[in-house]
Amino acid sequence: MASAESSRDVVAFALARARAAGAYQAEVALSRGEAFDARVRTNEIDFVKQSREQSLGVRVYVGGRGGLSAAAARTSDLSRDVVARTAADAVALARATVPDACAGLPDGGFATDAPDLELFAPGDRPFEPDSRIAAARAMEGAAHAFDPRISDSEGSQAHSGFGEIAYGNSAGFFGEYASARHTIFAESLAKSDGVAMQRDAWYSSARSWGALDSAASVGRRAAERALRRLGARRVPTCEVPVVFDPTTAPSLLRQLAGCASGYAIYRGASFLAGRLGQTIASPAVTIVDDARLRGGLGSRPFDGDGLPTRRNVLVDRGRLASYVLDTYAARKLGLRSTGNAVRGGGASPGNLWLEPGAKTPEEIIASTPRGLYVTDLIGQGFNPVTGDYSRGATGMWIENGELAFPVEEITIASNFGQMLRDIDAIGSDLIWFGATAAPTLRVARMTVAGS
Amino acid sequence: MYPLALAPTDVPIESKVRLLQEIDTYARSRDPRIAQVMASLACEERQLMIAASDGTWVADVQPLVILRVEVIAAAAGRREAASQGAGGRIALAELTDPAAWRKVVDEAVRMALVNLDSVSCPAGTMDVVLAPGWSGVLLHEAVGHGLEGDFNRKKTSAFSDRIGQRVAAPGVTVVDDGTIASRRGSLNVDDEGTPTARNVLIEDGVLVGYMQDRLNARLMGMPATGNGRRQSYQHLPMPRMTNTFMLAGQEDPGDIVRSVKSGLYAASFGGGQVDITSGKFVFTVNEAYRIEDGKLGAPVKGATLIGNGPDALQRVSRVGNDLKLDSGVGTCGKDGQGVPVGVGLPTVRVDGLTVGGTGG
Repeated sequence: MASAESSRDVVAFALARARAAGAYQAEVALSRGEAFDARVRTNEIDFVKQSREQSLGVRVYVGGRGGLSAAAARTSDLSRDVVARTAADAVALARATVPDACAGLPDGGFATDAPDLELFAPGDRPFEPDSRIAAARAMEGAAHAFDPRISDSEGSQAHSGFGEIAYGNSAGFFGEYASARHTIFAESLAKSDGVAMQRDAWYSSARSWGALDSAASVGRRAAERALRRLGARRVPTCEVPVVFDPTTAPSLLRQLAGCASGYAIYRGASFLAGRLGQTIASPAVTIVDDARLRGGLGSRPFDGDGLPTRRNVLVDRGRLASYVLDTYAARKLGLRSTGNAVRGGGASPGNLWLEPGAKTPEEIIASTPRGLYVTDLIGQGFNPVTGDYSRGATGMWIENGELAFPVEEITIASNFGQMLRDIDAIGSDLIWFGATAAPTLRVARMTVAGS
Repeated sequence: MYPLALAPTDVPIESKVRLLQEIDTYARSRDPRIAQVMASLACEERQLMIAASDGTWVADVQPLVILRVEVIAAAAGRREAASQGAGGRIALAELTDPAAWRKVVDEAVRMALVNLDSVSCPAGTMDVVLAPGWSGVLLHEAVGHGLEGDFNRKKTSAFSDRIGQRVAAPGVTVVDDGTIASRRGSLNVDDEGTPTARNVLIEDGVLVGYMQDRLNARLMGMPATGNGRRQSYQHLPMPRMTNTFMLAGQEDPGDIVRSVKSGLYAASFGGGQVDITSGKFVFTVNEAYRIEDGKLGAPVKGATLIGNGPDALQRVSRVGNDLKLDSGVGTCGKDGQGVPVGVGLPTVRVDGLTVGGTGG
């Protein structure tokens, strides 16, 4: 990734060309990355892959009647003439678009601090490719050794990716940081006579290779989860409490963050539009967004507008305390940015979590006489405008407070607004999956559709 | 397969911006309850050249356009969204023609207004009639992915080792055809340089073929079928679908609805997903009606339908004579790679599908 030209030079050149082409304001983001992937399937190397990429994005604003007109262009070729042409193309495009009173750079308040968020461990680079292949082998080995019913698989994979982000704008802000992401992922297949085969997966992901869970434990966990599904059956249609495990509960948080995004709010495309300050969830629910957690997979020192990232409480004991905003959406709503701008458009949280409760997951299950424990969800059956929720589910049936048997080919349905109010138990088991974490939680009542 | 006089990317930006503004104005003029309009137009021209050490040396220029219109209708404290789209490997003029884009807008507006009056969707197992067209997403999820060569080579698919076996009701024939002129899923050659083809996957209910890229074809001792596709040069090719659809049957669509005593008519669809190994698949219905005594009843809210791939097509009890391909809006995701695809289905009755609503 080392290049003759510094990121600062490339960004400065692109900004200068955009201004020279007639931009009133401009911002430039440069990202460079390098990734290594190895996949092993039943002790054979399935593939080894190495890639490098770079991308320069130029966003420009030109003056118009009643506001600024915006447009963006992008290139992976950083030669000077191509960068200059990309900047000029963006300006030409902007002249064709409609002026918007809310468009433009932030009015100030750019990040001035550069905290070390431990997004990259210098000792991880360079690394021996064999160490990644060995990790993938160890996952496969551990899964197969766990139980004779674990057979073929899609394979176990190890990934190490390194990136550098630089961002600068015509208001004089420039920032850059390096980051890394390492993931080990195992997917196991379980086969047993007389029942359909099943698959499941487990993974670990971190900013440093050393912070990952052991490969053997990831392989065993994948095997355990696949085995647990063997013999799964349907249950009759009913209304019961539904317990989401820590792998499925985070999807509810991501849905909530999507509905709280300023873009969905100002378009009226969210059931949370106009609900700021109101009670939207059970008082047990507090949801926090913080892009400054050390080593967090969603951490970043500044956002896509160059503003400092910060801690935002989205839901405070059931009350919708904040939307998720970048500069543009904030202006649309007459609010201030929450430092959640994402390059390429939109606003999304950094690290997002649901504050854990006091009960262990075992206690939550034990206090559920009859219900569904969900371990996997499929489909996109969520309507952010109305909150209507209906998704395919896999999991375990709870009978007399115990996990009784595996279930599949069922759906769970309710309205998301109702589900948030119906959360009546939150576990103590906060586990991060990527940039989101939610402990085991129970929704008091949902419709399960089955046989 | 997609010769164009003018590449969509060469059409001036001003006329594209004007089209989107006209759509916005027109949609709002259709009904005072239309509160929000989001329209987008994407034009692409992909130039590719494929060279391989076996002497493969081919080039292709692949145009692609897509228009999407989403509207939100609001009345009496309720809000409902609906979206429609159109596209393909076609000249942009085919979409900028007012008759073409107005049809897309009218349909989005109609659907959003219908949904303003919808009631809770029933939950449970029932007979479902699928409207023709985009409902082919059922095939894509229920059987399509499970017939991709990589999963079958690794024997991780619910369809592994089932060639020659019955996997659908008699009368059900499913093909994947990358050679239909101007369709979104069509290609002259796949991304490994293999010419695309019309591949029969299920013939009269019996599984007859998989979809293959070169690697998996070679490892399985089967021919490559022109299904090796990649999102871009930055990705590795995999077996992927092109345009996947069920051939028309004999029945009158009206008769199919009349044949259902109590069930659901699924008129419009969202996306789907499948667990290859267990065969469980879902797809989302965005517009649906109850069927009572063979007649369409009240509109019901969208819901997820769930089924089991190797089993669902065996429950197809009636196939209509009205095969329709979708309007050119599909993108299929697999292993993090998205590729444009098409689907199609005639009106079909499926007995005993599980409907994931909240109502009784």
